[in-house]
Amino acid sequence: MANNLKFESQKLAINYFFVAAVLFGAQLLMGLIAATQFLYPSFLFEIFDFSVARMVHINALVVWMLYAMIGSVYYLLPEETGIETVGIKLGKLAFYILTAAVTVVVLVYILVQVGPASESTIWLINEGREYIEAPRWADIGIVVVVLVFVFNLFATALKGEQTGIVTVLMADVLALAGLYLAGMFFTDNISMDQYWWWWVIHLWVEATWEVFVGCLLSYGLIKIIGARREVVEMWLWIEVSMLFGSGILGLGHHYFWIGTPEYWWEIGALFSALEPVPLVAMFVHVVYDWGKETGLKEGQNEEKMMTNSPAFAWFVTNAFGNFLGAGVWGFFHTLPQVNIYTHGTQFTSAHGHLAFFGAYATILIGMFYMGLQGKNGITKLRATFDSKMAISLITIGVLGMTVSLTIAGYGQVLVERAQMGATWEAYFVSQDFVWFVQGMGWRLATGVLTFIGFIFLIKDLLTTSKNPIHER
Amino acid sequence: MSKKTVSVWTSIPFWRRSAGWVTGFAAMLLIWLTFDTMGQIAMGTDADLKNGITKRVPGPTVINYKITYEMSDKRGHEVPVIGEKEKFFGRDDWSEEEARELLHLGKLGSQAKNCMNCHTLLGNGAYYAPDLTKAWLDPAWGPNGPYLGMTNSKTKEEAMSKFLQFPSQYPTHERMMPNLGITEKEAMGLVAFLKHMSSIDTNGFPRNFGRMSTDGVTGAIHGK
Repeated sequence: MANNLKFESQKLAINYFFVAAVLFGAQLLMGLIAATQFLYPSFLFEIFDFSVARMVHINALVVWMLYAMIGSVYYLLPEETGIETVGIKLGKLAFYILTAAVTVVVLVYILVQVGPASESTIWLINEGREYIEAPRWADIGIVVVVLVFVFNLFATALKGEQTGIVTVLMADVLALAGLYLAGMFFTDNISMDQYWWWWVIHLWVEATWEVFVGCLLSYGLIKIIGARREVVEMWLWIEVSMLFGSGILGLGHHYFWIGTPEYWWEIGALFSALEPVPLVAMFVHVVYDWGKETGLKEGQNEEKMMTNSPAFAWFVTNAFGNFLGAGVWGFFHTLPQVNIYTHGTQFTSAHGHLAFFGAYATILIGMFYMGLQGKNGITKLRATFDSKMAISLITIGVLGMTVSLTIAGYGQVLVERAQMGATWEAYFVSQDFVWFVQGMGWRLATGVLTFIGFIFLIKDLLTTSKNPIHER
Repeated sequence: MSKKTVSVWTSIPFWRRSAGWVTGFAAMLLIWLTFDTMGQIAMGTDADLKNGITKRVPGPTVINYKITYEMSDKRGHEVPVIGEKEKFFGRDDWSEEEARELLHLGKLGSQAKNCMNCHTLLGNGAYYAPDLTKAWLDPAWGPNGPYLGMTNSKTKEEAMSKFLQFPSQYPTHERMMPNLGITEKEAMGLVAFLKHMSSIDTNGFPRNFGRMSTDGVTGAIHGK
């Protein structure tokens, strides 16, 4: 296939995007298995249990997103700094090491699954800690690979031009990499375990990743609609202060019930209630900038600029999805008075699905399209039937799953938590509750819809190079 | 050269400085609170238990005592209460070292067997199986619950241990726990881990635990 990219860094980015897309598919397949098991518990029982499907589902999610994030940075870095990425050879080596390691880890998850209660399991098979199950050898490998990435970013930024976007990225990636270390130890004290676990999970997802998304959005707006850099970068700094200002102490909303002191109730409630604010800002910022730039161009009788329609569509979906999934769905069960009933139910799952999709999957798919545009030397990438089907089906599918899980969660909270008091019997009564079962049925159906959308996405990505609709 | 007036609200350096200060302040506050929390959630000791000192996370020898979950009028929610001595696998004199070893095995086991990808622990994890936070206190394992008879056991810990070793032999719901190759020793560690977890002060989570239960007694686990 033709490759019109001049920079080695951008070619490497395409490799990252490719693996990310494959892992995205794996995530969806595992999700379908897990969703089926909710309805038919005997499906693959004692062969490929829910715990395994679910572990691969969430790990594939985290890893594909990290791949797409690293790829995005390698993609935008030469354009922002004006030079080839320093240490790109090392970067390529790191890519192959990481991919080999991920493959081994996934195979072990699928084939070995669990081990004896000993340190060797923690080192070689899995750590059994939601989202960061990677065995310790892989932890150490990931740290090394990420250090190479961070080094490349810093060395390039220091040598080339330093834009605001790159400056924010540098600070953000350093924090993102550092936080991973907080999840790399073993303790018998589960309260302590969970305390530090959230430093990785929350401070990634609700702080550093959000800022990262801000950087990608800024880059995308400048590239796609020709937004003015000064305006975009000013907004980026405002968002950094709002996201970190609310997100860092918003960590408190995970410290209500794990054995930590009560003062986290107030801190968690206050700061996590503020968390949706920057998400609204991000939403307004995208739509406002778009309208303003278009208006200015039309006023000057210039043709409005839109160099990549599918990417922009995904970026706008990001603004909506982030606000709805992370903002609205997060907020409605974040106060301790509500959370004591909803914590650890399908409500959490509903929020998780829409938030990860809205805040991250959307923008990273948008970045896939940016990479695709560069790779094929396209000046105007247009929306195709496939790209429209992809974004519609995936978005409707995820929204459908979210609503289904919310209804299931509502039934669960009423029966299991409010009425019966959270015992095992209460749990199983709620799982058989008709609203719950129907919710799970709709979740599976809309999950299948999402997967069909994914197939359209892949088809679109693969056929773009030959599609005559695009301007070259 | 005349000075151009520019509003601070559109000044990039102003917003960059704000971002720095806000992030720095939030991070410092988090670090300070973390130091305080670390002290409060550090595990207690055997001496604390003997002297009746309440810790948010008691020492491993809590397995020598009866644990209940009771409404605290002062705090307005349920809290774990550590009562008189109670035998655990036939003994109530587990030394600090033995209890620590058992808890260590159990916590390791909970990770090695990937419990969190079906169950929730302290409310975190997956939602495919019941929450284990107060599993030790669950009426299902009590004298009127189904498990004692089903596993042909005399005590709660014996029933739990048998269930963990051969879970698919004792189904109570269509959604069963798979056989994870848990050995007798590992099962003992896991039960100790569950008993220890039930003694952690979770600020009243889960609320109204066991309000309606198998034996029809309101708040089944309340009372000695």
